[in-house]
Formats: sequence, structure tokens, C-alpha cells
Amino acid sequence: MVDLSVTVGGVRMKNPVMPASGSIAEGMADVVDLGRLGAIVLKTITPDLRQGVKPPRVVEYTDATLFSIGIPSKGPDYLLNHTVPFFDKFGPPVIASISADTVEDFGKLAGYITDPRIAAIEANISCPNLRAHGRAFGMDPVASAQVITAMKANTTLPIWAKLTPNVGDIAEMARCVEGAGADAVITANAILGMAIDAETMTPRLGNVVGGLTGPAVKPVILRMVNQCAEAVKIPVIGCGGIATGEDVVEYMLAGASAVQIGTTNFVHTSAMEQSIDWVADYCTRKGIARVSDLTGALMLPGDQPSEQRGAVAL
Amino acid sequence: MTMTATAQAEAPAGRFPRAENRCRVVSNDPVNAEYRLLLVEAPATGLTAYAGQFFHLLCPTTHTDQPFLRRPMSIYRIDRENRRLGFLYKVTGKGTRALMTLGPGDELNATGPLGVGFDLPAGTQHVAMVARGVGLATLAPLARFAAERGARVTAILSARAPDLLMSRDELEAAGAGVIEVNDLDGTSKPEDVADRLREIHAEVPIDFMATCGSNRLLGLTRGLCAEWGIPGQVAVEAFMGCGLGMCFACVVPVRDAEGKEEMKRVCYDGPVFSVNEVTTW
Repeated sequence: MVDLSVTVGGVRMKNPVMPASGSIAEGMADVVDLGRLGAIVLKTITPDLRQGVKPPRVVEYTDATLFSIGIPSKGPDYLLNHTVPFFDKFGPPVIASISADTVEDFGKLAGYITDPRIAAIEANISCPNLRAHGRAFGMDPVASAQVITAMKANTTLPIWAKLTPNVGDIAEMARCVEGAGADAVITANAILGMAIDAETMTPRLGNVVGGLTGPAVKPVILRMVNQCAEAVKIPVIGCGGIATGEDVVEYMLAGASAVQIGTTNFVHTSAMEQSIDWVADYCTRKGIARVSDLTGALMLPGDQPSEQRGAVAL
Repeated sequence: MTMTATAQAEAPAGRFPRAENRCRVVSNDPVNAEYRLLLVEAPATGLTAYAGQFFHLLCPTTHTDQPFLRRPMSIYRIDRENRRLGFLYKVTGKGTRALMTLGPGDELNATGPLGVGFDLPAGTQHVAMVARGVGLATLAPLARFAAERGARVTAILSARAPDLLMSRDELEAAGAGVIEVNDLDGTSKPEDVADRLREIHAEVPIDFMATCGSNRLLGLTRGLCAEWGIPGQVAVEAFMGCGLGMCFACVVPVRDAEGKEEMKRVCYDGPVFSVNEVTTW
């Protein structure tokens, strides 16, 4: 019997598979057993009520999607009175996710939703910082660290920082949030993109730009997870184009302690459950007693120093 | 709007009310120059569908088309006796082009039934439905359901040309009185359609209206419902991400009773809404 359990950023989970924030809602419970998941990550909320951006909100590619939804939010009271009670009954730890326009609001909101039914809070720092001309918190190491510091000052719950991939050196971002006290990092949010309709000469998204997600982004985020895992001691949660159990294993070998499945949930509702089963079979087949032994177990060719992996021979 | 018990013929079949139904294709043939009928054998959960709901179809991949997302398709026929579901579709893009390649015996993965369908008030005597193009596909199961419950059904079918009109037979078999209008002979003008409905209403009062497939017909339906003080519902179409209310991609602005506008999910809060709620789509 393989031990699938992992402990990530202060949260013990019976397996390493959870949904990415925003990729499930109440409707998922009509189709699959949410009780089987390692954790249940909720959609990001903001302190204020938001309707989201103007449609159209999604563009489709061969194995990716470009979404711009704009974080529709019913606010913290709805979260505590409706969303948390709905998901709490399934058993797995519930992870809230928050975003805000300012560092102070991140802190206040973290304090406001601190509740025994919530196991950890994800800091979605990929949103624009209104005090910095709309530049995303996550693109600025100082602002990112300030968000984590403010949240830690207002709550006793573990804080998971969800990094944006839209930076030059994601390992440096991971180090900054670790230094500010983050209990784990999630690598990563969506890759900024844009889509244009040549016929109408207009953007395909109401918001013009959106986030690229889905299997196509896996190689990019896998590389980032590996870089983050080498840079920090806190656990790294892999999140980028995971669709199968094999993807889960690859992310763990790269250094992830757990993973999140996002866009694939929109197409294959059974993907999370099937991934859990596949990983258990894989561990049995490989004689691996604990799934946590996979974390960082990537075998590198020869004695090539890792520093050289960033260089590409031309 | 309550999810009507009236429209649901049987209790959910499995542990979950919705499922990735692994259906088997029975046939997938053209019905006219533009539309095709896809008939599949469906597992028990799929057969719990009721009028106005939809399925989210995993399209096959072909040399030219690799649709990543599923495609929402309203239910055209619910045949519980033969354990079959029917979908009427027009080939418009890569999803439907890929669907076109399915043949008898192929598997079709159909998530559903999804969404909130029509809520026919108990005791309804006379249903008038107005549909354009493939919007008719969505209304056909409602015609059958209403007729089975003893209501008279009048269906006005609108199309660009007479040979693109579909499903007269399907609707008549369901017990509906069918009136066809088209753009070529000018009979499809909304004001003319409204006048014909007023004549019908004067003979046998209409107490419920349903529409799908045209903004102009939605406006007409909303106007007549207000004029006669009766309820009306519209099935809204949208490009979707997940079909389960999770991604919030398919939202439309909806007005509540106080006139406050809110973005609602076509896939989860709809696809059927009151004609008074929907502002534009």
C-alpha cells in the first residue's frame, strides 16, 4: 500500500492532488467525489463585490485556453456563509484564495476570513497593485513580500503564495515570499497572452489580454517549479498544464511537493481522480513506498552542474 | 425560478446527478442543407435530461480540427424508451466539423445533463413557442413535454428560406400545431408574427411562451408576454468553457426583479431564463 499523503505548507493532505483556484465550483460536486481530493482550493475572492470583465472571456487553442475572467467575487461574507460550508462537508482541507488592490487589504481580508474550517490561505498576487499603477504584486519582489508580511500579521493560518510566471527570475520571487514568511509557494499562475481576430481586426477577449493555461504551458511551468524548488526550503506546489497522473509525477520529480490541476477540470471532470489512481499505480510499479519520496527525485544526467541547465547551446 | 419537478421524468440514475456519459453513436446524418441529427445511445444518467438542458460534448480530433474545449449542445430529442438522445446541429466551426465525422458505433463522451431547463408552470393550457433556425432544436422536447401534460402547443418556426425549416414533423409528432414563416416570402417579420400570435391568442388564450435562437424573437416574446401578463422563458446560447458553472466564461448580463444587473452563467444559472431577466445576448 503506497502512502500517498503529503504535508504541504502546514496542511496535511491524503494525496498530493488538488484543484487550482478557480477551476472548480459547486457544480463539480454533481459529477465527481470531492472527498477524494488532497485539498479543495476555492476560487479567489476580493474584499469587494466584483462582476468580472466584459465577455468574451475565453479563447481556445489546440491544447490551451486563454482566459480573462476578472475574478468575479461575492466577497468574504459569502465565502464564510456559503462557499466554505458547502465544500467543508466533503472532508479534505479547504484552502481559501484571496486577492486585493492593496497590501493593507490583503492583510485585512486574511484576518477577516481566518476560520477553523479554512486550512490555509492562498495569496493570489498576480493581480494588479492599484498603488503601483496597476503593476501586478507578483511582478514586484518587494510588494510580494509586503503582501505576505501583511497577511502573516493578521492570521495564524498558513499562507501559500501563488506566483506569477510573468517575471524574469521566478526563483527570486520564491525566495522573497519565503523570506516574508510564506509557508509554501504555488508555481505558477497563468502566462499573460493576447489573441486577435484577423477578420474583425479586434481582440478576441473583452479584456484584450488574458492568461494562457492548459497542457501547452507544462514545459514552461515545469522548468519554473524546478527553479523554485532549488531556491527555497518551503514546499513548492506545481500548477501548470497538468492533465494526467504522469504529469503529476513529472512535477513532483522536478521538486513539487503537491500539485494543482486547473484547466483540465473544465474538459475532463474525472482528471483529478484518475491522476490520483495513476500515481498510486506508478508508485506501486516503481516500488516507491511514499509519494513524498518523489519530490525532487529527478535524476540528472552525469555530474553536470545544475547551473548550466539554463544555457542553451546554439 | 424553481427547478421544476414537473419537467424531470425520473430521479437521477446514479450517485451523481450529472456524469461524463459514454454514449454510442447510432446515426449522424444530414437533415437538410445545413443541419445534421446526431442520435446516440446514452447511459441512465444522460437519460434523466429534461427540456432546455444541454450536454457538453467532447468532440473528436481530426487532421484539421483539434477542439480542446467541449461544445455545449442542447437536447433535441429525449427518447427514454429506446435509451437515446438526439442533438440537432449546424456545422459552423471546428467543434461541429469534428462532430460531423462521428459514425455509427463511435463513442461520444457527453457530460450532462447540464443547466437549468424550462420550468413549465403547472396547469398551463396553451404554450406558444417561437424559434428561429437551430433554436428550434431546444424547444422540441418542451413541445413534447407540454403536450404530454395536456397543454395545447403552437409552434412558430422561422428560417431564412422554406427549405431550411426543420422539424415540422418532430413537432407535429409531439402534438404541436406548426406555423412556418420565412424571410423569402416576408412572413417572418416580427410584427407579422406578433399579429398572427394575437389572432391565435384571441381564439385560444396563450398562457406560456418559450423562445430560442433570435434576439428579435426574444423581443417579440417579451412584448407579448407583457401584453398578456403571462410568463415566458428563453433558452440562451453561449460559447462555454466548462459547462458546470466553474470558469465563469459564458456569463450574460441578467436583470433581477429590482432592475439590478448581474452577470450570470448561461451553463449553470441557465441556459433557460425568464424573458424579463435577459437583457442582451
